[in-house]
Amino acid sequence: MQDFVYERPQTMAQAVALLRRGDARVLAGGTDLIAQMREGRRSVGCIVDIKRIGELTGILPLPEGGVAIGAAVTAATVSRSSPIAANFPAVARAARLIGGVQVQNRASLGGNICNAAPSADAVPALVCHAAEARIAGPTGTRQLPLETLFIGPGKTTIERGELLVSIVLPPPSARSAVAYLRFTPRREMDIAIAGAGTYLRLDQGGVIAEARVTLASVGPTPMRAPLAEQRLVGERPTRALLAEVGRCAARDARPISDTRGSADYRRSLIAVLTMRALGDCCGQLGMDLEASSK
Amino acid sequence: MNTLITCTVNGEERTALADTRDTLLELLRDRLGLTGAKEGCGNGNCGTCTVLIDGAAVCSCLMLAQEAPGHDILTIEGLAKADTLHPIQQAIVESGGTQCGFCTPGIVLSAKALLDANALPTDAEIRHAIAGNLCRCTGYGKIVEAIHSAATTLAGR
Repeated sequence: MQDFVYERPQTMAQAVALLRRGDARVLAGGTDLIAQMREGRRSVGCIVDIKRIGELTGILPLPEGGVAIGAAVTAATVSRSSPIAANFPAVARAARLIGGVQVQNRASLGGNICNAAPSADAVPALVCHAAEARIAGPTGTRQLPLETLFIGPGKTTIERGELLVSIVLPPPSARSAVAYLRFTPRREMDIAIAGAGTYLRLDQGGVIAEARVTLASVGPTPMRAPLAEQRLVGERPTRALLAEVGRCAARDARPISDTRGSADYRRSLIAVLTMRALGDCCGQLGMDLEASSK
Repeated sequence: MNTLITCTVNGEERTALADTRDTLLELLRDRLGLTGAKEGCGNGNCGTCTVLIDGAAVCSCLMLAQEAPGHDILTIEGLAKADTLHPIQQAIVESGGTQCGFCTPGIVLSAKALLDANALPTDAEIRHAIAGNLCRCTGYGKIVEAIHSAATTLAGR
């Protein structure tokens, strides 16, 4: 590992100033960064430890409802937070999938996002909740839809001198639900071969008014599934519909073949995971799919 | 570069001259001589480097020594009281929940963090708590049994 300067700023302004250095990197939990540095995959001249900055380390309820989760908040804290469990249970459950307990106690939500792995477990549930990313830079802060942050494996639109501050979750709509399911060969401590997050909002008559389907590990970034989403809107959920939507999502997926699974296998998984995640949403909404399928 | 690092390890304030690049694991093993925590994979998969930071299990190989000041660190060396093993250690011995022993310090500490938060965990909760600790010898059954048994002992006090 090359030598580096270790900085522990107390304010966002200090952090942003330090990050102007081209070889500076943000340290939150370090579960990706330190492993990458030790394996010589990343050279860093200045480490900016953001865990002493108050705005980055808390879960803040917002006046209009919803919450802002500081980028340095750990996965363990997210999974145990009562405002998140109450309004965003799929996010709490996704946080429990990141590594094992030791990793969850260190890994931050912001790191899971900024590491920009196509398999990042927290991302599909957040995107399904229409999360926004709040980013601070030398000229102030900007806020953009989380899904627009990703441009490739390990690459985001966050620029040098910028810092992810928080993930903003708007209050969930009435009659809506989110679910995230992934497939791993091992039950825990594994990277998703494929994952699917789904969001459904029903109108008062039980018809799907809005839908989001977000896929993991089947493209260079976490990705929305437009065919699947279009097929859902305006319909009443039935077993047959959910199975068909799963097949749409499989067509939306852009997987590659690698050591963890072939592209065909990943597409098959997406069809099943999407169908089951939608079924989970229907269950949360108190719908009896068997009855509505008759 | 070298730097002086002061932190609380096993209840004592310790100061060591460390390399600025040292991980917490290197600080513990190479500077403080506490070799109970091991390096297995070095990337957060195996859990043999597990220590408790303010009561929470973490991989000490993925934390910089420079992050340690201000935190309370517990290693396996801090668990037994003089010659008396901690009930979790005793239960591991009695249940045969160890063979080569390489993973054992990490597993005992993961179990301690679990039982401190959840006095009588279920099988599933125990297995979740030690999912980040790989054991290639035992098959986990006797480890889970030992943690149940330690839970009962600790709850009965």
